[in-house]
Parts: sequence; C-alpha cells; structure tokens
Amino acid sequence: MKTARVAYAGAIQHATEHNGGLRLADGRVLGEDAVVWLPPVEAGTIFALGLNYADHAKELAFKAPDEPLVFLKGPQSLVGHRGETRRPPGVTYMHYECELVVVIGKTARHVTKKNAYDYVAGYTVANDYAIRDYLENYYRPNFRVKSRDQATPIGPWLVDAADVADPMNLPLRTLVNGRVTQEGSTRDMIFDIPTLIEYLSAFMTLSPGDIILTGTPEGLTGVHVGDEVVTEIDGIGSLKNTIIGDSEELHVG
Amino acid sequence: MINAVYGVALNFRAELEALGDQLNRDPYKKPPVAPVLYLRPRNTWNVSGAAIRMPADANALKMAGTIGIMVGRGYVAVNDVSIPHASYYRPAIRQRCRDGFCVIGSEVTERVPDEIRTFVNGELRCRASIADLVRPIGRLIADIGGFLTLQPGDILLIGEPPDAPLAKAGDRVRVEMDGVPPIENEVVVE
Repeated sequence: MKTARVAYAGAIQHATEHNGGLRLADGRVLGEDAVVWLPPVEAGTIFALGLNYADHAKELAFKAPDEPLVFLKGPQSLVGHRGETRRPPGVTYMHYECELVVVIGKTARHVTKKNAYDYVAGYTVANDYAIRDYLENYYRPNFRVKSRDQATPIGPWLVDAADVADPMNLPLRTLVNGRVTQEGSTRDMIFDIPTLIEYLSAFMTLSPGDIILTGTPEGLTGVHVGDEVVTEIDGIGSLKNTIIGDSEELHVG
Repeated sequence: MINAVYGVALNFRAELEALGDQLNRDPYKKPPVAPVLYLRPRNTWNVSGAAIRMPADANALKMAGTIGIMVGRGYVAVNDVSIPHASYYRPAIRQRCRDGFCVIGSEVTERVPDEIRTFVNGELRCRASIADLVRPIGRLIADIGGFLTLQPGDILLIGEPPDAPLAKAGDRVRVEMDGVPPIENEVVVE
C-alpha cells in the first residue's frame, strides 16, 4: 500500500493511492493537484548518507569511505511533494540528489544485517538538495549546505516494505524541466540498507519514524529559479519540487 | 515538548585558539565561517538523575556542561556528553549520538546565566563564561536563523567549554547555572 499525508479542506488527512490520484480515509477521491502534500511520515531523527555510491564519490573526487559517512538534518528541512525550495540569491551551484529513503518501523538496537529488513516500515523518495557554495570542512557536509529550511523534498508516498520486493535493485532518476539528468540504481550503493541499519543500531537506538536518506549516484547538475525538478524511483514514487527565488517567496513584484 | 536540539562546536574562543594554524591546513583549509552545528537526536535526550552509560568502546566521556537556549522560553542547564574526538572534519555521529548523551534540565530561567559550572564528584572542574563565546547568544541565533529557522520547542546549546572535564564509570557529574536547580547524573558501565 502507498500512503500519504496531505492537507485538504482545512485538515491534515491520511490518504492512499487511487488510480494515479488519491483517496482520503473518508472515501473522497481527489487528483494529486487538489491537495497540499506533506512529508509522508512525521520524521523522527533524519539521517543522510554522503558518498554512498562509488560513482558519485568519484564524481566529487573522493575515495569511497571505509565507514558510512552519516550526517543529520533538522526537522524543518523537510518539504512535501509539489513543494517549493528556495535558491538563495548569489549562489553559484545548487544541485539535487535523488535518494531512496528508508523509514524505520520498530525500535532497533544491535540489529544484524540478516534481520535488518524486519525493522523497515517502508520507503519513500527524497531530494537532498545541496548548495555547494556554503560547503565548509567542519562537520562536512555542514548544516548550512544540507539542513536548510524546506530544502529536502520528500514523498509523495510511504510505500509499505512488503510491497517492495528488492529495495537494493531500484532504478532511479532525476528530471530537470522534463529532461533526464541523473540515472542510477540502488544496487550501486556502497553501504546497503541492511549494513546501514546494522551500523547505526550498533551504537544508538533507532525508533519508529526515524528515516535514512541513503545517498545519491552520479549525475549532478545545477538547478535554477523556476526549474521543475522531479526525483523518482521505480515502484516508490515520483517527487516533484520547484525552485523559487526570493521574489516568489515574498510575493513581491 | 522538545522538537530539535542543536549544538555548536568551536564557539568558545579558546577552542579556536587551541587549534591555531591547524584551521588553515588540511583538512580544514580555512577557519569556519558559519556556526559549526551538530544535532542531538532524540535517542540522546536524557534527564537529571538518570544514568549516563559509558559505551564499551570508550575509556572516558567528555562532560560539556553548557547552556541550552530554549527558543521562546529561556535557558536550561545541559550536559552535552561525547566520546572525546580531535577531528572536526566529519560529523561526529558515532562520538555524539549515543543513547542518553544529552542531559537536559527540566527547569527554565528567563534570565541569561553568566556562566555554567561543571563538577565531577563534587569538585569544580570547569567554569565557562558566556563572555568567552565566539558568537554571543544573539549573534548565534541570528547567524543560524539565516538558513535554519529555530522554533519553539528547539533548544540551541551555546558551545562546549574548552576545558570540559572527562569522566569515567562511577563518577557523578553535576552541571549548574544560576536560576535553575543543578542537573546531576552518574556515569555507569553500559
């Protein structure tokens, strides 16, 4: 099953996928443009992976890490499907990153790879935008690059784990204004999902609602104000976001 | 209800001074421009009176008694515990994000405390003044707010005192500041 959280008619509602649109819990059927899409889970701790695809590490001139490069994001960083993300004035390089998101379903501590999938509730898609102008070599990638307000689109759906036969073999891609700019497969992750759950749960407790953004393959290009950016993963979802500048955000001019 | 807890590394001047010219060399290449943030995820949140568990892979823990700015409410005492680490290059998730590593006082004072004091087994080991911050409280909030909106329920830790003491299993650690009761915890073997 695919579920979503949306705002409609003055309330936050739970919805399921229905013929390409969605169906609210009370039975109303709506088109995807009739609702405001919220992040599909109320996220707890938000983990993200850097350099988790060998080709991407090479693209950034880094050797692949020998342990997962994990960083955290604040809750204000998330924004739902069909949302907007701000490109600050004057920056030279803002890029998307299409990522498979793992949603933790039960409390996990000292989990082994063999049992790791038992702790997964489902999957969704994220676009882990970065603004490279702000990169600094202190707790890199630093928050000014990766934890900006509403700069991590996520959704549209939470897809039940039971409906995803092999999360480690999913084609993914990014389209900017309809043109494919990034293509890859989750099979090329350096540290796969079971390894990440084993790694994190070895030293900390994971809880239901914690999410892990698993990293992105190569194929980064810059995005600009007005661009429509779609990050999609086969069987999981197609997540749309629009880049805005300050004039749109402030509704002036 | 707590929403998010952020810490700021290298926000005491003596920490930057101690790193000296290293700030200009690899891997840092230049001194930090923006506040060096980290997050204290929910598994780290702990309360006064509960145990701080020493992980099997650590010999001692750093006890950074600090002031937490509770957005919209005031100030709380915090013990920001970590496994000591020298490098600031990559996010210190393994060193900081252990269960129970962030003890947050339950009482809030509206008056800005001048200093924070950390005691180990009753002995005063660290006295940190807000006069020694790289970014004073107002500036810190303003600089972070440029890219990340702090909201009610968020707590921002002002920095780790440069001479924060180490503690081992069996030690009792107390963090105090004016205006609220102290927070006190015992370090135990995990």
